[in-house]
Amino acid sequence: MSEKKNIIINVQGGGSSAGARAVLSEVAEVGMLSRELQGDEKALIPTIIAYDAIAIIVHPLNPSCNLDITEIRSIFAGEITNWSEVGGNARKIHIVAREEGSGTRGAFDEIIMGETEVAPGAIVQDSNGAVREIIAGDPSAIGYLSLGLVDKRVKAMAISGVLPSVDTVTEKTYKLVRPMILATLENPGKETRDFISFCLSEKAREILAREGLVPVAPTAAGRSPKPDHDK
Amino acid sequence: MHNKETLIQWLLATVALSAIAVLALIIIFIFKEGSPVIARLGLAKFITGTKWSPTRGMFGILPMILGSVWVTLGALLIGVPMGLATAIFLAEMAPPGASRILKFAIQLLAGIPSVVFGFIGLVILVPFIRQWIGGPGFSVLAAAIVLGIMILPTIVSVCYDVFKAVPEAYREGMLALGATRWQTIKMVVLPAAKSGIIAAVILGMGRAIGETMAVIMVAGNATKIPVSPLEPVRTLTSNIALEMGYAIGEHREALFATGIVLFIIIALLNTLARIVARSEKV
Repeated sequence: MSEKKNIIINVQGGGSSAGARAVLSEVAEVGMLSRELQGDEKALIPTIIAYDAIAIIVHPLNPSCNLDITEIRSIFAGEITNWSEVGGNARKIHIVAREEGSGTRGAFDEIIMGETEVAPGAIVQDSNGAVREIIAGDPSAIGYLSLGLVDKRVKAMAISGVLPSVDTVTEKTYKLVRPMILATLENPGKETRDFISFCLSEKAREILAREGLVPVAPTAAGRSPKPDHDK
Repeated sequence: MHNKETLIQWLLATVALSAIAVLALIIIFIFKEGSPVIARLGLAKFITGTKWSPTRGMFGILPMILGSVWVTLGALLIGVPMGLATAIFLAEMAPPGASRILKFAIQLLAGIPSVVFGFIGLVILVPFIRQWIGGPGFSVLAAAIVLGIMILPTIVSVCYDVFKAVPEAYREGMLALGATRWQTIKMVVLPAAKSGIIAAVILGMGRAIGETMAVIMVAGNATKIPVSPLEPVRTLTSNIALEMGYAIGEHREALFATGIVLFIIIALLNTLARIVARSEKV
C-alpha cells in the first residue's frame, strides 16, 4: 500500500448510528462504527479493521478482581447491590454506565445485559473520561470503558478469570469485545476501496495498536476476510 | 430628510422583528421535531411515564421533570436566603466602600462560565458529599448547591435594586418613630419590596431550571426518580444534552419533545415573573 498525500478525507463525529446512517443516506462513503451493524444497517458491507475490548473497571483499592458475566449483569441490573454479595467488602455498589445511544453502551448492553435492563438508578456519564474519573475517585463504583483508556488510576477486572489484553482479545477468550467497523455500500468507489485496504495495511495496524486497539490478523491486501460475524 | 428618517425607522423595525422571527423559528422547529412522538405516545403517557429507555422505545420523562423540580427547589432553598441576606446587607447596612467591593465580586460571580462551576463541584463537592454525607456523591444535593451559588448574582442584583427603590422617606419615618435599623428593614423595606423579591426568586428559578453543563457534571444523570437528596438525578436539560450526540429517529424526536416540555415550563415561569413584577407598580 502506498501512502498518498493528495486525497482529502473529511471525518465527522457523531457516533456509530450516525456513521451507519450517513452511509445509508449516501452522505458519506465510509461509516465508522464501534459496534455490530443492527437492523436496517445490515444492508451495508462491514469491514472489521480492529477489535476493542471493553474493560470492567473498579477503584484500585477494591479487593474484588474477578466477576463472571452473570454477576456483572446482576450488578448493572441493580439486583446485586453490595460488594459483599460477590465476595468483596461490605460496601454499597455504585454503578456507572454510559448514555443511551453510545457505541460503548450498545456493545455492553448487547454482550453483557442481553434482554435485561440497566438499573435506572445507575449514574450516567457521556464520555469514557468522565466514567474513569468517577471510578478513580470512588472505591465503591464499577463502570466500563475502552481498554485503551484504562490507566493506573483504575483497575480492570477479569471476566471469568480472563483479564482484558491484546492476547486475550486475539485468542477470543475475553468476551467483552466489540468490532471497529468501516461500513460501505455495495461496490464502493476506487478511493473508498483504497482507503479500506490502507486501514488493513501493516502501517495502519501499527497505528491502531498504538491507540490500544487490537488490529485484525494480517491478510492479503484488499478486502477483509469474510465479514466476521462470530462473537 | 424625511425620507431618510422613514428608511432608518423601517430598518430598525426589521432588525427588531428579526429577533422575534428567530424566536418564532426556534419554537416552530422544536414543535415540528418533537410533537410527532408526543402525538404517537400521547401527552399524558409522555409526561407521566416513569421509564426512559429510548433504545427500547420507552419514553417517559417524569423522572426528569421531577429531577428538574427537586434540583431547582433545592437551589432556591440555598440561593434565596443567601441572596436575600447579601442584598439586605449591601443595600441597607454596608458602608459604601464595602458595598462597592462586594457588588463587584458578585458581578464577577455572574461572569464565571457554568462549566467552571460544574468542574469545581465535580472535584470538590462530589467527593466531599461521598465521603462525609453518603451515597455516590453525584446527587440532587450536589446539583442544588452548585445551582444555588449560580443563581446568587441574579437574586442579589434584582433584590438590591428593589431595596434601593424603596423611598428613603419610609426609612426616615421609621427611624423618627424610634425603630431600630432591623425593625425598619423587617417592617418597612421587606414588605415594600415583596413583589420585587418574588420576581427575583422566579428569575433565579428560570436560571436554575435552564442550566445544563454544571448540572450534568455533578448530578449523576440517573433516570430514576430520586427518593433522597443523596441520590443521582437527571434534569430535563441534561437529558437533551447528554443524549443528543448519538440520538437518531424516534429517540431524537423524544429529546426535542423534552425540549417542548422545558420550553413550556420556562415560558410559564417568565410570564409569572412578569405578572408579579407588574403588580408591584400598581
